Amino acid sequence: MCIQGASGTGKSLLLKALADLIPAQGEVLLQNQKQTDIEPSQWRRYVTLVPAMPSWWHPTAGEHFSCNIDNYLTQLGLPHSIVQQPIHTLSTGEKQRLAILRALQHNPYVLLLDEPTANLDPVSQSRLEQFLFDNFLQQTDRSIIWVAHHPSPWLVDRAQNFTLHGGCLSGDD
Amino acid sequence: MEMIELSYADLALCILLLSMLALFQRNLAPGLTRQLFISMVRMLLQLSIIGLVLTWLFSHVQLSWILGIALLMILAAGREANARQTYSWVTRWNIWISTVALFIATTSMLLLMLLAFIQATPWYHPQYFIPLLGMLLGNSLNGVSLAREYMTVTAHDAQERIEGQLMQGANWLQATVFLRRQAQHNAMIPAINSMAAAGIISLPGMMTGQILAGTDPSQAIRYQIVILILIAIATGLGSLITTFFTARQLFDKRQRLRLDRLKPARH
Repeated sequence: MCIQGASGTGKSLLLKALADLIPAQGEVLLQNQKQTDIEPSQWRRYVTLVPAMPSWWHPTAGEHFSCNIDNYLTQLGLPHSIVQQPIHTLSTGEKQRLAILRALQHNPYVLLLDEPTANLDPVSQSRLEQFLFDNFLQQTDRSIIWVAHHPSPWLVDRAQNFTLHGGCLSGDD
Repeated sequence: MEMIELSYADLALCILLLSMLALFQRNLAPGLTRQLFISMVRMLLQLSIIGLVLTWLFSHVQLSWILGIALLMILAAGREANARQTYSWVTRWNIWISTVALFIATTSMLLLMLLAFIQATPWYHPQYFIPLLGMLLGNSLNGVSLAREYMTVTAHDAQERIEGQLMQGANWLQATVFLRRQAQHNAMIPAINSMAAAGIISLPGMMTGQILAGTDPSQAIRYQIVILILIAIATGLGSLITTFFTARQLFDKRQRLRLDRLKPARH
């Protein structure tokens, strides 16, 4: 699912509400289970948000992972040594891709991505999109809600497209 | 040697010296002169009042009066712990976190000292109860205040870090470990400094007072060691309670970080 919209229309807020990070009106269901019926930290492992500017709390990226991610790094075109580098030396695009890998660690049902490719060159963007489709969405019960100002044509062709405007979500059929 | 009493003339001389200093520096720091005079007058009034209260209390040793004074002291300490904070709570009842923390921390250590160590007759004799409570409150107040300040200010600064951990499925306890750890560290610094400095850099007040009153120094030192240790424990306990409940109140029942529960304090 791809959501577009002008700046300030509430796309990021929508994702935060779905991830149960801010109070919101309405009901959110995952496989017919209400958000309010699932323990909060468990919900956020099921429905994981990767914000536009992800935060890091250990000195290196590798300390945020509990498993080996070399295979994924190769698919994304990142060097294996990147996990040993201090976070502050990484580019915004590198941190964004690593944040997505971090979110995939516990294999959530739904991945909420806020402008995941905003800081990527076209080749890296394409690689990331292909990676997510091949490794995550191949599982039948998995979904991605992808927020982007300017989604790639490749993404638009494969996703259900919506526009957020005036607090309403409308399909782009 | 018996304690040598000070006369009112001695007090008047000290007040005169301080007044002369205040007047001497009034051109250099005009605002400071006024503050000095106000603080001096407050000190004279407050100490005179407590002196009268203690004199009366020593001759009317009743548990109800002593508990009443103790309650006033704890409430005043709780009020001070919330004063001069960068952020105050939107929901008023949260200000009781510091007061309850101080109450639990200081009364537990006070009761230990009175019932297990001193064992006066009666155990609540104001000669011991009030001064010891005052020392425990005055010192642990620093720790509680520092802990609360650090928690609320840093929660704002580290909002992205806290929410980033929540996004990865951490609960509120896990997401605030770094916050609570550093707050506790900051809270304990004054108590640790006091213990480290005792006897080398400074002679602590309790010991000084007892020696001046003619108490054997070895006995005064024992009292001082015990009170310094109990102050450190009370500070640690009070700040642990404060950091835990302050962190808890920063999250709602869905474990969402709610910085809207704080507002900039007006001073």
